[in-house]
Amino acid sequence: MKQFSAEQLNQVQAIIARYPEGKQKSALIPLLHLAQETFGGWLDTETMDYIAALLTIKPIEVYEVASFYSMFHMKPVGKHVFEVCQTGPCMLNGSDEIIAYIKEKLGIEAGQTTADGLFTLKPVECLGACGYAPMMQLGKHYKEFLTKEKVDQIIEELRTASKH
Amino acid sequence: MSKKILLEHAHIEGIRFYETYRKNGGYRSVEKALKMSPDDIVEEVKKSGLRGRGGAGFPTGMKWSFLAKPEGVPRHLVCNADESEPGTFKDRYLMEFLPHLLIEGLIVSSFALGSNATYIYIRGEYAWIPDILEQAIAEAKANGWLGKNILGTGFDCEIYVQRGAGAYICGEETALIESLEGKRGNPRIKPPFPAIQGLWMRPTVVNNVETLAAVVPIINMGGDEYAKIGVGKSTGTKLLSVCGNVNKPGVYEIDMTISVEEFIYSDAYCGGIPNRKKLKACIPGGSSVPILPANLLLKTAKGENRMMNYESLADGGFATGSMMGSGGFIVLDETQCIVRHTMSLARFYNHESCGQCSPCREGTGWMYKILKNIEYGHGKMSDIDLLWDVQRKIEGNTICPLGDAAAWPVAAAIRHFRDEFEWHINNPVEAQTRNYGLAHYADPIHVPTV
Repeated sequence: MKQFSAEQLNQVQAIIARYPEGKQKSALIPLLHLAQETFGGWLDTETMDYIAALLTIKPIEVYEVASFYSMFHMKPVGKHVFEVCQTGPCMLNGSDEIIAYIKEKLGIEAGQTTADGLFTLKPVECLGACGYAPMMQLGKHYKEFLTKEKVDQIIEELRTASKH
Repeated sequence: MSKKILLEHAHIEGIRFYETYRKNGGYRSVEKALKMSPDDIVEEVKKSGLRGRGGAGFPTGMKWSFLAKPEGVPRHLVCNADESEPGTFKDRYLMEFLPHLLIEGLIVSSFALGSNATYIYIRGEYAWIPDILEQAIAEAKANGWLGKNILGTGFDCEIYVQRGAGAYICGEETALIESLEGKRGNPRIKPPFPAIQGLWMRPTVVNNVETLAAVVPIINMGGDEYAKIGVGKSTGTKLLSVCGNVNKPGVYEIDMTISVEEFIYSDAYCGGIPNRKKLKACIPGGSSVPILPANLLLKTAKGENRMMNYESLADGGFATGSMMGSGGFIVLDETQCIVRHTMSLARFYNHESCGQCSPCREGTGWMYKILKNIEYGHGKMSDIDLLWDVQRKIEGNTICPLGDAAAWPVAAAIRHFRDEFEWHINNPVEAQTRNYGLAHYADPIHVPTV
């Protein structure tokens, strides 16, 4: 049974307290972020039902929101998700080549995860880093001005870190 | 060099933190504003001529004056930090480097509008910025600028940061409100406007980050003084985020009196185009606004220098002009392919359509598929007219402006670069190995011999 820790439950209460009485549904997106971070990087039905119960809303109200927003993963992903921007401004600066290089280097297609479960490649649309293109989101932060060498370095560092 | 009023202190070490920000004149506008009446603040903002910096350019003071004030019903200010228009990253810059400027603007604006609970809705991908904003909020609160009975005036205000989760549509104010209520980001039918029934059906004002930050200098210098900066109805300064093929991409503050040519080629701004390549085209205000070929970008149809302000960029309407939009300035050099670029934008809008209105849901998919066919050598000559027809049927036929935003880039690309589309269709094999280049667009534009 999935459950937030006592500390996280306090955090949940603090989030709900930001809204007027009876408007606790406003906490849904913040709670889905917290759930995705806590329960393995994606949202399964059990997790979504748990959030529904916490907010006393219907499960369908959670499903329809979780499936609408592109940051919520509805199926398992690798430990590290390479969310590479492919929209116009990044494309002008070579994002197509970066995406092709990651595919070749990791031996996966867009949307796939490496066999060791470490990496998922997810081409995404504009992330607001157009002046620092090409770029990708890696967890909480952005990796900008990407080159093939920089991609090599990122992959190497994450592989090394996973061995420890 | 343009006057800087928003980014004046951006270069100061530690300006992100309260002590340094305060030492450099921070929070003076709160001291001043809280001695004024809320209506007088709205009046100053009206006098300033400030126009919404998110893209639509609607006069901020007027938007504020529409806010309904029924007895006993709480009102809310919501800061739109869902910056998602391709080419736009100016709000991110403001929030990362000058978080207190936004918080200061929010306190003054919350007081003017009577919002005791103000929300910053920030796009989910800017995942590290809420920490920066929350620290600034905590510092402001610790120093008495937020919380209960601010400066002994009896005014209470809290600011909360809420992350979105990846949806361009949530930059549209009613979709943003839906999302803040914990729902899918489907825009609402207007009326009622948010000023009457917004967040939780309460009167609400939604303003862009840069707009709310601009309230600080307006209060400090007075609306009349602010209105003297700039030209005509383009008052004050505007942040531009520059990307694409320029030597110095980044965020610049301009006072809207310089020419487009100076902006692109001057070392004070974009610094010209890398490797001395020629300018092919530019989208001056975020991916939704019409793309212009170099000749129409630098000169209006009347042959006048085009200037970096709302009126001049729009001169000629969509036939020969564009828009200031969000200030996302995207530059394309001579090696770029208009068909591929337009296809990329069409994919973006197809991905981001919320699916509520069929012209947008279906039409954006059609446009992307047709453009993909042309780009990959499977296009027919009739596809160009079909594309035109589809975009025309989306525009104006949807609940929110995403439909227009998806239609305009396609329309402008065909309007100005039709021969490049035809070349792609006539030369499907060659088009896979080389780009069309400049053709007639470069004349009479040349690389300046600086």
